[in-house]
Amino acid sequence: MSTPTQDVAEPASKVDLAQSSGGGGEIPSFDITLKVRRYDPEFSDEARWDEWTLTMYGTDRVLDALHKVKWEIDGSLTFRRSCAHGICGSDAMRINGRNRLACKTLLKDLDTSKPITVEPIKGLPVEKDLIVDMEPFFQSYREIMPFLVNNSPAPTAERLQSPEDRERFDDTTKCILCAACTSSCPVFWTDGQYFGPAAIVNAHRFIFDSRDDAGDMRLEVLNDKEGVWRCRTTFNCSDACPRGIEVTKAIQEVKTAILTRAM
Amino acid sequence: MTATNSEAVLPAQGIEAPRSGRVDPKYLRSKTTSGSFEMAAWVFMRVSGIALVVLIFVHLWVNLMVGDGIHQVDFGFVAGKWANPVWQFWDLTMLWLAMLHGTNGMRTIINDYAEKDSTRLWLKSILYIGSTVIIILGTMVIFTFEPCLLDSTTGEPLPRAVCPN
Repeated sequence: MSTPTQDVAEPASKVDLAQSSGGGGEIPSFDITLKVRRYDPEFSDEARWDEWTLTMYGTDRVLDALHKVKWEIDGSLTFRRSCAHGICGSDAMRINGRNRLACKTLLKDLDTSKPITVEPIKGLPVEKDLIVDMEPFFQSYREIMPFLVNNSPAPTAERLQSPEDRERFDDTTKCILCAACTSSCPVFWTDGQYFGPAAIVNAHRFIFDSRDDAGDMRLEVLNDKEGVWRCRTTFNCSDACPRGIEVTKAIQEVKTAILTRAM
Repeated sequence: MTATNSEAVLPAQGIEAPRSGRVDPKYLRSKTTSGSFEMAAWVFMRVSGIALVVLIFVHLWVNLMVGDGIHQVDFGFVAGKWANPVWQFWDLTMLWLAMLHGTNGMRTIINDYAEKDSTRLWLKSILYIGSTVIIILGTMVIFTFEPCLLDSTTGEPLPRAVCPN
């Protein structure tokens, strides 16, 4: 009888795995080429491309590849990230020509046979590598007054709202202010004066909130020369939104609200 | 009365942006504009677009499909159409709507693509002058159209001229 004399550690997986797979829990690995747009004004006014070949795993995201470079190869690589889980909206970047969150883009979903290009988002001034100056973006966000304005006396408890009233603006509450939409908008690229999809989405969140009393003022702000009428409905913003907000639809609803109010 | 925010009133229209005064001037956005010109332009594009589809397809149908079709179009055919006030009005509407629709579209494109204010001003000036000239000329042609053209030396009607006998 071939009873093992020593205790065998419990296998990582109770499912029978082929020998070639290298044991339970093994994740397929592959080589990628990461091509990053670098810019450091302290050394050169010219931007350049840097390439690294990395061995990554099927569970890795673009952010993991950037981490690998920063932690193991080139510590000068600069980018923003906070939560790394698609909530804080810090790491919006242009990956293979599309605006996405580096922390929500799996490498295996990209074409790994070609270099994966990573650039800063467009239309905002680049400060270093993948970091852009977000201030113009937040300036237009501030102008639409992204806070509740209510004239009635504050109740002792919450301001109640019916589920239907809450549903009306549910989609636009999801915004994480990552700027993926605004920096994908060709109208914003021209002179950066257009309010941009993100500001309009956040105005929409309050305009259609039954508890808010300043909807008229927000509509007036967005009836500006640089307001909703500069939207060309190219749907770049809806494609770019990592939260799946129907941005163009929200902008259209604000346009309709301004028109209805003017009639 | 218990503590409530009954003091709260709607801020005036010119409410200052939160953190105003703490923003670096280079980030300040262009002055807000009053009036609803952009909204009017947006609505006009949609309304005139729909109207133009009807106007242009009826125009094409009447000129190219009805009767002898494309072979009938000559000086006399146009003279015959413009003898009728309905077609005068039809062509006038088509001219104005098409020109204003096109001009507004070009204005939008210039706004989107011109990066310098001076370029923008120049392109728009050329556009507006060109459009005005074409609209005025076209309107004059429709209303001062002379179907009976006479030879200046002989005083005889030119070939194909449409003259009352």
